[in-house]
Amino acid sequence: MMLRIKRVPTVVSNFQKEEAEEDSRHAGGCGRNCFRSCCLPGAKLPFYAFKKMNKIEGEKKSVGSENKESPVAFLDSLLLGEWEDRMQRGLFRYDVTACETKVIPGQCGFIAQLNEGRHLKKRPTEFRVDKVLQPFDENKFNFTKVGQEEVLFQFEPSMDNDVQFFPNAPIDIENSPSVVAINVSPIEYGHILLIPRILGCLPQRIDRDSFLLALYMAAEAGNPYFRLGYNSLGAFATINHLHFQAYYLAVPFPIERAPTRKITTTSGGVKICDILNYPVRGLVFEGGNPLEELSNVVSDSCICLQDNNIPYNVLIADSGRRIFLFPQCYAEKQALGEVSSELLDTQVNPAVWEISGHMVLKRKEDYEEASEENAWRLLAEVSLSEERFHEVKELLFEAISCSIEEDKGVTQNLLEESDFCPQSLEDVDALKGSHPGIVSV
Amino acid sequence: MESQLGLIEQSFDLRYSGGVREALNELPDSFTITDPCISGHPIVFASNGFLKIFGYSKDEVIGRNGRMFQGPKTNRRSVMEIREAIREERAIQTNLLNYRKDGTPFWMLFHMCPVFGKEDGRVIHFVGVQVPIPRRPRRSRSTVVGNTGNLCENGARFREGMFRCCRREVCLDTVMELGCGSALDSVSSPDDREIEINEPCETSELEKRKANAAVSNVLSVLTHHSELTGKLVCGKRCCLSGTGLLGSSLNISLGRIKQSFVLSDPHLPDMPIVYASDTFLELTGYARHEVLGHNSRFLSGLDTDPATQFQIKECIRTEQPCTVRILNYRKDKTPFWNLLHISPVRNASGKVAYFVGVQIDDSCKNQEEHGLSPQRRQLSVVGAVKVAVRSLSIGASTS
Repeated sequence: MMLRIKRVPTVVSNFQKEEAEEDSRHAGGCGRNCFRSCCLPGAKLPFYAFKKMNKIEGEKKSVGSENKESPVAFLDSLLLGEWEDRMQRGLFRYDVTACETKVIPGQCGFIAQLNEGRHLKKRPTEFRVDKVLQPFDENKFNFTKVGQEEVLFQFEPSMDNDVQFFPNAPIDIENSPSVVAINVSPIEYGHILLIPRILGCLPQRIDRDSFLLALYMAAEAGNPYFRLGYNSLGAFATINHLHFQAYYLAVPFPIERAPTRKITTTSGGVKICDILNYPVRGLVFEGGNPLEELSNVVSDSCICLQDNNIPYNVLIADSGRRIFLFPQCYAEKQALGEVSSELLDTQVNPAVWEISGHMVLKRKEDYEEASEENAWRLLAEVSLSEERFHEVKELLFEAISCSIEEDKGVTQNLLEESDFCPQSLEDVDALKGSHPGIVSV
Repeated sequence: MESQLGLIEQSFDLRYSGGVREALNELPDSFTITDPCISGHPIVFASNGFLKIFGYSKDEVIGRNGRMFQGPKTNRRSVMEIREAIREERAIQTNLLNYRKDGTPFWMLFHMCPVFGKEDGRVIHFVGVQVPIPRRPRRSRSTVVGNTGNLCENGARFREGMFRCCRREVCLDTVMELGCGSALDSVSSPDDREIEINEPCETSELEKRKANAAVSNVLSVLTHHSELTGKLVCGKRCCLSGTGLLGSSLNISLGRIKQSFVLSDPHLPDMPIVYASDTFLELTGYARHEVLGHNSRFLSGLDTDPATQFQIKECIRTEQPCTVRILNYRKDKTPFWNLLHISPVRNASGKVAYFVGVQIDDSCKNQEEHGLSPQRRQLSVVGAVKVAVRSLSIGASTS
């Protein structure tokens, strides 16, 4: 049985047409300056080459040589400057800074935005939500169809281990560069799409290389408020062409403030933690040296989820130092009719940003009445259940093969169920007394 | 033109009477004082106690940002919490792993609190107190057997469960057991001695008392010495931050933008400048206090084209961005062609809160810094300002 949901996809490019119109496009010169072989030869774009820094080297530098301040990084400037340029050229469907936004009072600090212009009042399209891996479909909208003016710059590793910038570089069609493009329906200022190897027409699925690219971008921008996100198919990605998203918002995301509890550390030094006291169950990855270590652990986890057909979202935060992974099942529930109409009416599709605590609402009443309770309730629907999440974790740990001690199972039970509220002294003593065997070797 | 060091000296000299530094150094505690109004939010004072613990000399620390003491094992969430506390201009107490000059890490209870100007409610300084958390000798912890040390997590995690659920009194000993210290060497697993959970753990009452006392003492000295200059400070905000004054968090954010620009407030009479970057002051030769509160028309002079000025006025009226080339004058009366870009900046309400004006000295236009054209660099300032103003006005206003 194929599971589908209907939704109006967000328009990310001014050249994104409805599917019916897509088919009528012919392969020959389209005359609209797109990113395909008809228009690309001879085209030029700014080219940013990032330094593939050895993280150890980076750490050594940071200890003791952290200078006076951290001025706005060059990549930051480039991105902001290009984005503002496109703003002034009228390429965005609306001015996102004119959209009211607020932090919902409460413990979590959910962020709500009233954005009536983001979603179109169009006929909803059908999306298949039961398959995380789907083959690339040339006929559907993909990023080679965007206008060149919507692409801001090429983003590639530097050849000679130093940052380089070329304001006007040709596009190496043979080697398909990775590019950064604007999202014409931005959620926040600076909303961009990072498209690895754009001409490779890769489907929406994470691999080690593409994830590392995203991580490098986060690190290179050096701004904890510039976060990258990824939605798998089935977790509200609507375009089956490999891409990450990113934007600026200089407030902490609720997910970043949630307490965590360490589960384990991989042999490469990557710390994996449970997220506590948050409506959506997930994992957070930190540490590892060099950067590749962290990247591989996370991308291997994503690959495992993909291979097991589990939809998921990823948030890269803290300039690439903290990565959140959320397996989810909302779309499946929606397709099976298990989501209340009340929640469906808000038309909030819980993708990575929503799960992280940033909600864009299209109806004024939803915005006015936005409460922590409502937000929590919506996100709780997105989360995997305790049992299911536990199963998924087992799967993941097996896949990334970190050594976990034999009696992890026991301690896991012990701790997993314990509440977040303080227990009495007696309970604590009881704990102490009843499991002497757990005290380590 | 004010040098960084000059600004740092002034940070104290303008506010506190002479002898304040000596009085502060009579306190035994470890603490630093930072000034959020100076670009980079630098340390303007470091106590002898601080220098002793961290192993730095005064000159190595003054003028630098507190993050220099952080390192790879510093908990990211704590860093975020401190950053947010600064942004929200409130106090915070949290455990933090810092690094000494010799590279050795150690745990401490970090207590930070703002110092407010009494008349205007502005944050004048932040005081940061460091109380090291002593390491207890590890008992019955096995030496790591070969691998990642996950075996040790066993016991650690057991304690963690206890730890997480217990109240402060119990934590006292537990935390000492865990030895909230970090790995000093590569031998054992770093995790052993780390706080296993990332939520702020409760430290002993002793550390907290020490921290509170230190803060109290420092505030006492500062308050006393501010009475003598008549520019009172206090530990609590006594009044709402005056209009036209930017919160310290916006100040800090804008301070990261190393270009010439000003922010003007169209809601105040005659649309005065409420923020001017250091680079702007360097370009025009004015001091900050000569510029804040004034409309930017003071830059224009005899030969400035009134049509251009009118163009600017129109753009402001229609809330549209514009770029003009206008003849401006520095403080020393020398003229320069200013490639000026002006843009409205909205805050979280969606309405225009400020106008940003970004200046480029036309004669220096040829310098292609890093390859970004001057126009692009101007726009990047606009972008950075837009993000800062929007984001920082999003929360429940504390100022």
